[in-house]
Amino acid sequence: MFRLDGKVALVTGASGGIGREIVRALHAQGATVVLSGTRQAVLEEVAASIGAEGGADRLHVCPADLSDATAADALVAAAEEKAGAPLAILVNNAGLTRDTLAIRMKDEDWSRVLDVDLAAPFRLCRAALKGMLRRRAGRIINIASVVGVTGNAGQANYAAAKAGMIGMGKSLAQEAGSRGVTVNTLAPGFIQTAMTDVLPEAQKEKLVSAIPLGRMGQPGDIAPAVVYLASDEAGWVTGATLHVNGGMAMV
Amino acid sequence: MSEIADKVKKIVVEHLGVDESKVTPDASFIDDLGADSLDTVELVMAFEEAFSVEIPEDAAEKITTVKDAIDYIEKQKAA
Repeated sequence: MFRLDGKVALVTGASGGIGREIVRALHAQGATVVLSGTRQAVLEEVAASIGAEGGADRLHVCPADLSDATAADALVAAAEEKAGAPLAILVNNAGLTRDTLAIRMKDEDWSRVLDVDLAAPFRLCRAALKGMLRRRAGRIINIASVVGVTGNAGQANYAAAKAGMIGMGKSLAQEAGSRGVTVNTLAPGFIQTAMTDVLPEAQKEKLVSAIPLGRMGQPGDIAPAVVYLASDEAGWVTGATLHVNGGMAMV
Repeated sequence: MSEIADKVKKIVVEHLGVDESKVTPDASFIDDLGADSLDTVELVMAFEEAFSVEIPEDAAEKITTVKDAIDYIEKQKAA
C-alpha cells in the first residue's frame, strides 16, 4: 500500500525540518522527488544524504524564491523538466513566519507572510492543476498549520495565510474533483523544527501541557500523512483537512 | 473552411475526445459534445494558447458552440 513508484513529486521548503522528512518519505515509497527551497547548497546536501541510501537518481534539486511571483509561476515547469516527467504530486510545504502582536505588526510583516505562505502556494497549485486536469490525475497536498484553525496570539499574519490555504484547498478540490485530482490540507500542530526552536522554553512547556499525547511533534510524525494523501489509496479523500497535532486541537 | 475553423475543430476533437463528424458549427460544447463547465474553460484556454488571443471571462461565457468560438477568434484576428 501507498507505493508511489514512477510518480514525480515536487516538495517546496524541502530544506526545512518537515520538508526534508516529506522528501525522504515520498522517495522511500518510490517517487521521484524534486526538492525546492531558497538555499541550493542545503537542498543539495539534503538530496545527497537521502540519496546515499539509494535511489539518488530519483532526487532533483530546483531552487526558487517563492516571494518572487515569476519564480513561483515557473517552478512547476522547471521541476517537470528536471524530473523529465509530468508532476503527479505537489506538496506546498514552504512557509515562513514573522511573529509579532498585531498592534506592532508592520505591513511588510503581513504581506511577506501572505505572499510566501498563501499566494505562492496558489501560484503553484494553478500551474500544477493545468497539467493534472488534462492528465486526469494528480495529488495536491498543502501544508497548513493548526493555528490556521485555532488562531494564535502573535501570528495574525501566519494564521490568516494558513486559514486561507484551507479555504483555497476546499475550493480547488471542488474545481478539480471531476478529473480525479485531489486537493487536501495537512495541518501540523507544534513540531520540533527551527521554526519552533525560537519559542521561549516556558512557552514550549505550556504548549506541551496542552497536548494530550504529551510531547511536541517530530517531522517524522507529519511525513507519513503526506504519503497517505499522495497515494492512490487516498483517491476518495479530497477537500479534507487532516490534523496531525497530538490531540492539541480536536477539530 | 477557414484555417481558423480547422484548427478550432481539431482542438475540440482533441480535447473532448469526440468524433470529428460531431464537431459541426452548431454543435454545443455542453449539450452536444458532452463537455462540462471545466472542459469549456480548458477549451477557451486552449484557444487562447493556440491563437495567441486573450478571451476575457465575459466573452468566454458566450462561446457555447463551435461556431461561437470560430467567429470570436476570426474577429479578434481580423482586428
